[in-house]
Amino acid sequence: MNGAQDLGGMMGFGRVIPEPESEIFHGDWEKRALAVTLAAGALGRWNIDISRHARETLPPGEYLTSTYYEIWVKGLEKLLLQADLVTPEEIRDGRAHAPGAAVKPLAVAQVDAALSRGSPYDRPASAPARFAPGDRVRTRRFNPTHHTRLPRYARGREGVIEAVRGVFIFPDTNAHGAGEAPQWLYTLRFTGEELWGEGADPTLEVSIDAWESYLVSL
Amino acid sequence: MHDDHDHHDHHHDHDHDHASELSPIELRVRALESLLVEKGYAEPATLDRLIETYETKIGPRNGAAVVARAWTEPDFAEWLRRDASAAIHSMGFTGRQGEHMVAVENTATTHNLVVCTLCSCYPWPVLGLPPTWYKAPAYRSRAVIDPRGVLADFGVTLPADTRIRVWDSTAETRYLVIPARPEGTEGWDADRLAALVSRDSMIGTALARAPQDAEA
Repeated sequence: MNGAQDLGGMMGFGRVIPEPESEIFHGDWEKRALAVTLAAGALGRWNIDISRHARETLPPGEYLTSTYYEIWVKGLEKLLLQADLVTPEEIRDGRAHAPGAAVKPLAVAQVDAALSRGSPYDRPASAPARFAPGDRVRTRRFNPTHHTRLPRYARGREGVIEAVRGVFIFPDTNAHGAGEAPQWLYTLRFTGEELWGEGADPTLEVSIDAWESYLVSL
Repeated sequence: MHDDHDHHDHHHDHDHDHASELSPIELRVRALESLLVEKGYAEPATLDRLIETYETKIGPRNGAAVVARAWTEPDFAEWLRRDASAAIHSMGFTGRQGEHMVAVENTATTHNLVVCTLCSCYPWPVLGLPPTWYKAPAYRSRAVIDPRGVLADFGVTLPADTRIRVWDSTAETRYLVIPARPEGTEGWDADRLAALVSRDSMIGTALARAPQDAEA
């Protein structure tokens, strides 16, 4: 969807404000926001693509004026509601009005193993890759209302396949409960001029990681 | 007992006053956390452990160890080029948001910069949690169209003919920049070299520190 999350190439946000490496959190609430987001995710009631979609469907004005942990908190509330784990009244009151669903919360003893295991997103191939490194391809030109990982700035652009990454879960379906539908994933490289036209930095090249169905042969 | 009771009440009132001074987002997160715990969806000890992990265990010193090893062991550098996931995982830096790793090396002619224009994708096992600027609109919007302007915000100016290669993390592939090894570090061991490797140099918004700028 063409939401506020799709920021590449926008202007007017001002300079980037660096921060020291030691500054991990800005206030206790950010720590708690991180922890509740990870713990609730571990319930297994949604996947990473569903959670990204919950965040990107925040109204643009709200998305752009929220810090990222605020976006996480607002997204988490949506996810909990969508999964019927809480009610709007419970969110409002910060109190349970009924017992929780039968889920198994992440135990403290499982934290280290869960984090270090992660969750691989690659899947076995069921067909050969259509493209090879060096191939020239064009990205599709579309404006889906659903979740997609093809940013607007890279739609309808010609580039070169730089690498074949393997077969990966397809976010456009996975974000909507429509299955993993794994596809070949490629790193696709564009020149700055192809993306930005006149006045582009001649030394610039930008790549995206693109699923096979985002691409058409030339 | 009576004194204890008074003390308890006093403490309670104090907490209450404190709560009323919290900002809307602080109150919102506190309410959400209480709700999740009450519903049986999150355990307080688990939440504390998650925070402690990213405050003390998983951070950019992991990535610096990878870079320093790549600088000192040609076989490891080659492994990183061929299969960064296996090479990085072999050092124990595995898991969430680092399942599928790619290492990209800066050279005399090419500078790499990593961004996630669509959200905040970042290689957690090697760099820890992303800094605020990495997740904010200014960086995400500009890195792909004006990377030299972004670098200037970090005080970095590259030669005009250096090729700038930007990696937009639009999938589950996570990128780690291997900065160029600073001159004047011949004979340094990996531990000493790692101190020259800042978090930002592994995102591409900085260069590795010069020996004279090494932190004690």
